[in-house]
Amino acid sequence: MTRGPTWFNITSLVAGFSFLYLPIVLLVIYSFNESRLVTVWGGFSTKWYASLLHNDQLLDAAWVTLRVAFVSACLATVIGTIAALVLVRSGRFVGRSLFSGMIFAPLVMPEVILGLSLLLLFVAMDTSRGFWTVMLAHTTFAACYVAVVVQSRLVGFDKSIEEAAEDLGCPPVKTFFLITLPIILPGVIAGWMLAFTLSLDDLVIASFTTGPGATTLPMKIYSQVRLGVTPEINAVCTILVGLVTIGVIAASLVTKRQQVQKERDERAAFGAEG
Amino acid sequence: MDEEHVPAQPKRTLGGWLLIAVPYLWLLVFFLAPFLIVFKISLSQVAISIPPYTPTFDLAEGWQGLVDSISGFTFDNYIWLTEDDLYWKSYLSSVIIAAISTLLTLVIGYPIAYGMARSPQSLRPTLLMLVILPFWTSFLIRVYAWIGILKNEGLLNQLLLSLGLISEPLTILNTNIAVFIGIVYSYLPFLVLPLYASLERIDGSLLEAAEDLGCPPWKAFWKITVPLSLPGVIAGCFLVFIPAVGEFVIPDLLGGSNTLMIGKTLWSEFFNNRDWPVSSAVAVILLMILVVPIVLFQNQQQKMSEKDG
Repeated sequence: MTRGPTWFNITSLVAGFSFLYLPIVLLVIYSFNESRLVTVWGGFSTKWYASLLHNDQLLDAAWVTLRVAFVSACLATVIGTIAALVLVRSGRFVGRSLFSGMIFAPLVMPEVILGLSLLLLFVAMDTSRGFWTVMLAHTTFAACYVAVVVQSRLVGFDKSIEEAAEDLGCPPVKTFFLITLPIILPGVIAGWMLAFTLSLDDLVIASFTTGPGATTLPMKIYSQVRLGVTPEINAVCTILVGLVTIGVIAASLVTKRQQVQKERDERAAFGAEG
Repeated sequence: MDEEHVPAQPKRTLGGWLLIAVPYLWLLVFFLAPFLIVFKISLSQVAISIPPYTPTFDLAEGWQGLVDSISGFTFDNYIWLTEDDLYWKSYLSSVIIAAISTLLTLVIGYPIAYGMARSPQSLRPTLLMLVILPFWTSFLIRVYAWIGILKNEGLLNQLLLSLGLISEPLTILNTNIAVFIGIVYSYLPFLVLPLYASLERIDGSLLEAAEDLGCPPWKAFWKITVPLSLPGVIAGCFLVFIPAVGEFVIPDLLGGSNTLMIGKTLWSEFFNNRDWPVSSAVAVILLMILVVPIVLFQNQQQKMSEKDG
């Protein structure tokens, strides 16, 4: 569908993207506000960032959150990638519909239900709640996102290369690591990043499944937001937004370069043949 | 399920079974089993103990323990849900708020997705990236950003006052309007992405043919573009509607005390009243309300992914 852009299209794009970005831009601007009143501009200042460094509670929460996000993203990537392989490659097996149902349902399931049900599971298992329970909860819902991302990569994948390797006597595990994994790697990396940010963001599921001593950053931000808007929270949010933005842009540049390289290689290969 | 689309049955080795077993067992333990526990506890009674419900099932008591705990089940919590107005009003108002927000998201999202699909090929990856980026930024932060804008002394009111459009600040924060804005803003990417995907696939020559045959552009839009983008519209609307029904953060931070949404009710039942059996019953009913749209959504997803493959 390519036709020239009309005024209507340009206007709707500009208006739409302003709507998406203006609130975040304002939040970032007001994190540099000298005044404590967040809606009155009192001059440029970075003092709120400096005061963050002395806020031990916030730093502790950030450290817990990063650890939870890292461990759960790694675990979710492994489980989610296997789940995607099963969905695309394993054909028919008993309970396939249930399996794909369990992959897709958490994507739309309200978080309050996921959080409550996981908490009740942990209570029934009589485990003490804290870092590990939050990590397991995040792994579970993030694995489903990873599975969907990797699956879309696997679907558009030329299976004949794998089959060739296996015909030549390559064992399945080796085929996976030498052929399948390198091809789906961009999907796997994107899945890991998604799992990481989902865990970094989550308030509801963490609130249900956490225990004493494992307060995550979103929980901390939430309890402060309930008391009112402060420039410190703006500063924390700005840092988080900045990190995520850099991460996503870097990842997209890397995959783009890989694609360009791949196209160049392919062209060179076909050129040599002809 | 359509037989042709299931991948051919490969020869399954022990490793193949293990591969299936790992994610399958994980999801059974951490996704399905918890729901059964929620269902079980919704049939229990609240008690002042740890955990705060009775009967609890004790493995050590064996068969007799199981019989005892089943005979202790009651439907009191569900009866309670029908007796107190709060609950059915919360369900109803959640569904209404989610439906209105979904409609608003569609009205705002469609022109964006359409504009993206009509933009020059070279520009599209950047635009796509711009839609995805807010989706990666924290939900909580994006909701928080609106508080500073919508407050009585917030930026929107300051702007409108200084332009002389209003003489008194508008009360937007802590009303349902703020909840609509919050949901539309937070879920917009979920609707734009699938919609863009289906709009982009539309063959431009169809529209050209319609034009050559004298069909006015608006009619071509209604007769060709809209029907062909329908799968994207449906997928996007489900992705907004289903989670919005159970939304907690947005009504809690942007809504007022009279904004009833079931996610908020469940949260306060659990964290403030510490009534685990009633909050479980609330969750079971919410799940029953959402089961139909979730199954429809999954069927549609399956159809779409099989078409791709």
